[in-house]
Amino acid sequence: MDYFLTEEQQMIKEITAKIAKEKVRPVRAELDETEEFPWDIMKVLAQSDLFGVYLPEEYGGLGGGVLENCLAVEELGRECIGVATTYAASGLGAYPILLHGSEEQKQKYLPAIASGEKLAAFAVTEANAGSDAGGIQTTAQRDGDHYVLNGTKQWITNGGEAEVYTIIAITDRTKGARGASAFIVEKGDAGFSFGKKEQKMGIRASATRELLFNDCRIPADRLISREGTGFIVTMKTFDVSRPGIGALAVGLSQGALDIATEYSRKRVQFGKPIISFQAIQHILADMATETEAARALVYATARYIDSDAKDISKYSAMAKLFPTDVAMRVTTNAVQVLGGYGYMREYPVEKMMRDAKILQIYEGTNQIQRNIIGQELNKEYGRIKETFF
Amino acid sequence: MHIVVCIKQVPDTKNVRIDPDTCTLVRQGVESIVNPHDWYAVEAALLVRDQYGGKVTVLTMGPPQAEEALRETLALGVDEAVLLSDRAFAGADTWATSLTLARAITKLGPVDLVICGKQAIDGDTAQVGPGLAAHLDQPYTTYARRLELVDGCQLRAERVTDAGYELIQMPLPAVVTVVREIGDPRMPGLKHKMRARKQEIPVLGAADLGLKPEEVGLQGSYTQVVRVFSPPPRCDRKMLNGSVEEQVEQLLNLLKEAKIPGL
Ligand SMILES: Cc1cc2nc3c(=O)[nH]c(=O)nc-3n(C[C@H](O)[C@H](O)[C@H](O)COP(=O)(O)OP(=O)(O)OC[C@H]3O[C@@H](n4cnc5c(N)ncnc54)[C@H](O)[C@@H]3O)c2cc1C
Repeated sequence: MDYFLTEEQQMIKEITAKIAKEKVRPVRAELDETEEFPWDIMKVLAQSDLFGVYLPEEYGGLGGGVLENCLAVEELGRECIGVATTYAASGLGAYPILLHGSEEQKQKYLPAIASGEKLAAFAVTEANAGSDAGGIQTTAQRDGDHYVLNGTKQWITNGGEAEVYTIIAITDRTKGARGASAFIVEKGDAGFSFGKKEQKMGIRASATRELLFNDCRIPADRLISREGTGFIVTMKTFDVSRPGIGALAVGLSQGALDIATEYSRKRVQFGKPIISFQAIQHILADMATETEAARALVYATARYIDSDAKDISKYSAMAKLFPTDVAMRVTTNAVQVLGGYGYMREYPVEKMMRDAKILQIYEGTNQIQRNIIGQELNKEYGRIKETFF
Repeated sequence: MHIVVCIKQVPDTKNVRIDPDTCTLVRQGVESIVNPHDWYAVEAALLVRDQYGGKVTVLTMGPPQAEEALRETLALGVDEAVLLSDRAFAGADTWATSLTLARAITKLGPVDLVICGKQAIDGDTAQVGPGLAAHLDQPYTTYARRLELVDGCQLRAERVTDAGYELIQMPLPAVVTVVREIGDPRMPGLKHKMRARKQEIPVLGAADLGLKPEEVGLQGSYTQVVRVFSPPPRCDRKMLNGSVEEQVEQLLNLLKEAKIPGL
């Protein structure tokens, strides 16, 4: 469908699609097998200026917004969401700086992220703090003009590979939710090291690793915004990043639909291509309809956010929730359409189905997205005076 | 360092048919693409520029639509592009083509290095590169897989042969044609592509190059295509069937029968 993209948005799609097809597709199965970090592909994306599509021009970006980011993520995701997650996670790490950082912090960190010279990462999760970020135990203690960090973050995408980390740590435990703060940590900071790299079910090309802080001393000017704003920074970051997860899901669904449809036109059983069976057609029809609906929601939400709208949490949660549930169904059905071949590693849909699962978990599980949407509905309707029945 | 790359827009031969009556390509409705070998020439030029500095100009002779091919190369980071387009250029053979390109290069001058793809996939003559060198009166080499500058004024090239490669050194200015081993063409860049969209591409005709109508196009061509045909197969062929192991077995026996030394 024509989504009336601008010429620049169209170019982002075209260039990313070309890279995805020529550089990602041929190696995705191998990256999945070896769990090798896709540095070669990241370098190509950097050379093609794709790391800065959503960043302002004054920091070396192309001046686009959430929609531009989603377009690039979707095209990469069509071939491999392990690679696409790696790309998208750098944006996730950059958003706290972009949204809440000081001018000095933006000048210092964003240009290198925009050029792709450095990857970024965002770290909230800990062993005892998943859906409930309030359980964070990593601390940041002020010491003169420094902060001293102690604790362990787990499952951090781009961990070990990124140069710039935005992390959430507790600065004042007595203040509860207002006691957390966001900081920028650089690879190489004394007392900052990396722990275990996880072995995963899917998105195996992406690195998921522990961050260890052991009396890690960082200058006080690495604090993002003010002390106590850590959870606000986190929420605002997720508000703009979640449609990106939706875009990963749309790309993945499209990739699975492409393969399933092509396959069903070629596979002959009972003397006919299997696409001539209505049962198969209906599966494909649902896959296509849901994928398009997911795309429309992601684009509409991204445009809404880019219009500088304020009340975005509900929509951004929807733009993560729906497409990722769709991606799980669509990839599962792609395997079904390919039958036994679909279950084999030799065909790409097996990986797609394994990959899809993460989309319902990270950046807030889909249960948490439903919580957000439900809570927003409750607030919204509480403000409305009229009745509907 | 000023490097000129000569490219050609060709029909996408993956999708063409041959007219059985005339034995020529049916060009109608076939998409035009940049000659695939020319992407390696563009890549070679960009590699040299990235390493030694300077600028890259891409040049093509063709119909007005060939501008599209030039813009595609600009999206990779090529600095400038020039289109040679004139009705009088139509029907040029490799002599007239290389003469026209050579004149344009002289006009763009001073040019230190001219790079072409090893051949064009529509004509497959591989003559324009060497032809250019003749018209420019410059040294040249073909099938280069690696280029290197020595003392800033000499070009050292590794030239692929059946047996390996030859190391060739020659003074600049010079002409080379390159092969795919030079390196995969880079991906387009967003900033380059945006610039490419607006960049002005000068169009030069025969008069601009100081060429007379009888020196260009069909009139300026010394060769004429008399007939196009598929050559007869060179020798008997045998297709082996069966599993890989069986085929290896059969092949080994055949080689032994043929008394290949060492078997
Ligand atoms: C591959 C991978 C990459 C990741 N990358 C990052 C990263 O870069 N940065 C980062 O900070 N984190 C990252 N994470 C962590 C991720 O965001 C968390 O895993 C996620 O938020 C869920 O937390 P949890 O796994 O601890 O699950 P839990 O919170 O323990 O949840 C377990 C189950 O309970 C449900 N549940 C929990 N609370 C509620 C509730 N209130 N209502 C309803 N259901 C509930 C959940 O939905 C889930 O089904 C990553 C995780 C993975 C697997």
